Amino acid sequence: MDSEPDEDLESLSALNRMFEQAVPHNRALGLQILSLERSHARIRLPYAERLIGNPETGVLHGGAISAAMDAACGTAVFQALPRRMVIATLDLRIDYVKLGTPGRDVLIHTHCYKVTRNVAFVRGVAYHDDEDDPIATATGTFMLGTRTKLATERE
Amino acid sequence: MTDLLALIAAAKESGDVSRLVDAIPYSRFMGISMTHVDGELLGTLRFGEHLIGNPMLPAIHGGVLAALLESTAIFQLMWETETIVLPKTITVTVDFLRPGRAQDTWARGILTRQGRRVANVRVEAWQDDRSRPIAVASAHFLLKTP
Repeated sequence: MDSEPDEDLESLSALNRMFEQAVPHNRALGLQILSLERSHARIRLPYAERLIGNPETGVLHGGAISAAMDAACGTAVFQALPRRMVIATLDLRIDYVKLGTPGRDVLIHTHCYKVTRNVAFVRGVAYHDDEDDPIATATGTFMLGTRTKLATERE
Repeated sequence: MTDLLALIAAAKESGDVSRLVDAIPYSRFMGISMTHVDGELLGTLRFGEHLIGNPMLPAIHGGVLAALLESTAIFQLMWETETIVLPKTITVTVDFLRPGRAQDTWARGILTRQGRRVANVRVEAWQDDRSRPIAVASAHFLLKTP
């Protein structure tokens, strides 16, 4: 990786453009992919005033953390699949372990630890400095190869 | 008493829940609000392009539906309980039942149990047909009652 840093940076920024363009809400949240590996994703949720849930403390809203976790879990699933296919979140549980620090970005690491014929299983953590001292943890399942009619096909 | 609590008290006094919602930056950004419809307090998510997760369908981002469900539960708690702190989410579990289409979404939170420190809320979200929910959540919150 150290030998070709430019190429890596270039492919990551291309990936980020796709991630943002393909998913408007990821762009609205300001999500950035930091790195991808097989079955793993690392994503940043930048601190932003519009995402504040408690105006007195400036702590981010849980909904913003949930949405970022959902996106990060889905990204880890894509990294675990043998080929590109459509996925859909089946369920997602978030535990809010401790309050985030106002003004600080949230980092998310997700791991798709099992893929079966129909379902993928994912775990994730959101944190500032240390994964072992999380702000929130996530457990999610995703249906694989879902087929939903496009709006144009529905007519 | 903090500003937010004063705001809750004032909103309840006037019966105007929107004052509470407008105080939360994230709710404004998302287009989430609360309205009384036929005596029920409902959460609403006004559709916007920035909420889309899948532009091909198009469908609302699952995380956005999770946020609507969680927000509705929190506002329901502020409205219905005597909590003296902003309810803090402990856990929330969301089941995604159907894709959320590119239109407005409604949600209704039911306080299933309230103790002195913790409350459980169930929330359902739907679009055209209330009998066909697109997502449901069960959540626990920390609160403080006098």
